[in-house]
Amino acid sequence: MQDSGIQVLFQGTNFLRLLEGLLVSLRISIIAMGLSVVLGIPFGVIMTSKNMIIRFISRIYLETVRIMPQLVLLFLVYFGAAKHVGVNFSGGMAAVIVFTFWGTAEMGDLVRSALISIPVHQYESGFALGMTKIQVHWYLIIPQTVRRLLPSLMNLLTRMIKTTSLVVLIGVVEVVKVGKQIIDASRYTTPTAALWVYGAIFLMYFAICYPFSMASALLEKKLKD
Amino acid sequence: MKQEQILKVEQLVKSYDKNKPVLKDISFCLKKGEVVVIVGPSGCGKSTFLRCINMLEPIDSGTIYFKDQVIRREEKNVHEIRQKIGMVFQSYDLFPHKNIIGNILLAPLKVQKRTKKEVEFEAEVLLDRVGLLDKKEAYPRQLSGGQKQRVAIVRSLMMHPEILLLDEITAALDPEMVREVLQVVLELAKEGNTMVIVTHEMEFAKAVADRVLFMDEGVIVEESTPQEFFHSPKTERAKQFLNTFHYEAI
Repeated sequence: MQDSGIQVLFQGTNFLRLLEGLLVSLRISIIAMGLSVVLGIPFGVIMTSKNMIIRFISRIYLETVRIMPQLVLLFLVYFGAAKHVGVNFSGGMAAVIVFTFWGTAEMGDLVRSALISIPVHQYESGFALGMTKIQVHWYLIIPQTVRRLLPSLMNLLTRMIKTTSLVVLIGVVEVVKVGKQIIDASRYTTPTAALWVYGAIFLMYFAICYPFSMASALLEKKLKD
Repeated sequence: MKQEQILKVEQLVKSYDKNKPVLKDISFCLKKGEVVVIVGPSGCGKSTFLRCINMLEPIDSGTIYFKDQVIRREEKNVHEIRQKIGMVFQSYDLFPHKNIIGNILLAPLKVQKRTKKEVEFEAEVLLDRVGLLDKKEAYPRQLSGGQKQRVAIVRSLMMHPEILLLDEITAALDPEMVREVLQVVLELAKEGNTMVIVTHEMEFAKAVADRVLFMDEGVIVEESTPQEFFHSPKTERAKQFLNTFHYEAI
């Protein structure tokens, strides 16, 4: 019987190594996402400022990050910083910096649009009930903002997880890199390894991102008011 | 018998745009238990006036007294005064993330720090009175406009306000829902609640008011009893305004 090559996934510690690689990808995206949320919330609040200059500067930041491909940012931080500033980041560190830089901008924009979408009457109803500014924000504005935010937050998270596959290009050994190693190592014994390994990686990304994307769709439906 | 004066406004001036004052020198007095209805063409400043009383808008000049105490938007205790002045808006503005009972209980629990047992009982009594006890657990999006507005009134009443400001509360409602809301307001008036009401429902104004203020272009043009105002308005401007509600057969 012709062998399909699927056994390449289970030879030795191959599958475990792939999972470990996946963990590296996940760790980068989760740390970066966490930092992005923490930094993006204040950034979003700043973006709603009435001050023109502050708004202009934050706009430039956001647009810069959006226009520049993440790969270019990664190279800039990883190679650029080492060559011109003399700071040597590990690949993982550079990745976290870049993804946080990107995520903060995107998160900020999400927070901004969620905040401005809350009708001014929500604030006024709270005030008319005798609430203080802090109470209005704590009981009314923040819960509503979070609700509006959750679906797009999930979306951003899946985008970030997928984009971590770029870090292979700055030498981080994550799931795609491990996959490549396995393929290279079994080039002669299993010529079809690429199909199986990349297929497995595809399924792994899918298994992680799909629940988030489903949760996002579900939340969107559920929280519609 | 001289009734206790609860609110006094002296020479209130307010403008959004520097050269165009919306309110020009408004003076006004409200006694406890009185129901004053403010009518007038759109843009005459009646809603702005209510918003100024509740300090939702900064004012240019003038003084507002709540029981002999000067109230100002800039003061630290502004939220304490607002607890005593309830306000219901045209767009009801229930909190979409909370169910009906949650909407009603939020301020009594968090602002007045009353006990849950006490306020819950009171809320149920009030909800029952406006015919919405069975909607207690529902969310605002599941309610009709008229129902939402009745909840908004209950939410405001829960704070035991000494004055209730109603800002065109039926203007966004379908005609057949107007009555269910105004019926509630009529009962509140009967019970002796002090209210300032801005409305375009003239028949309702006639029924509920102790006193009618007719405003136009930022001034109080006419002030009289509903009888006088609706049957023999003194000013030409008021006559014109009232005429817009009449249709001649063709």
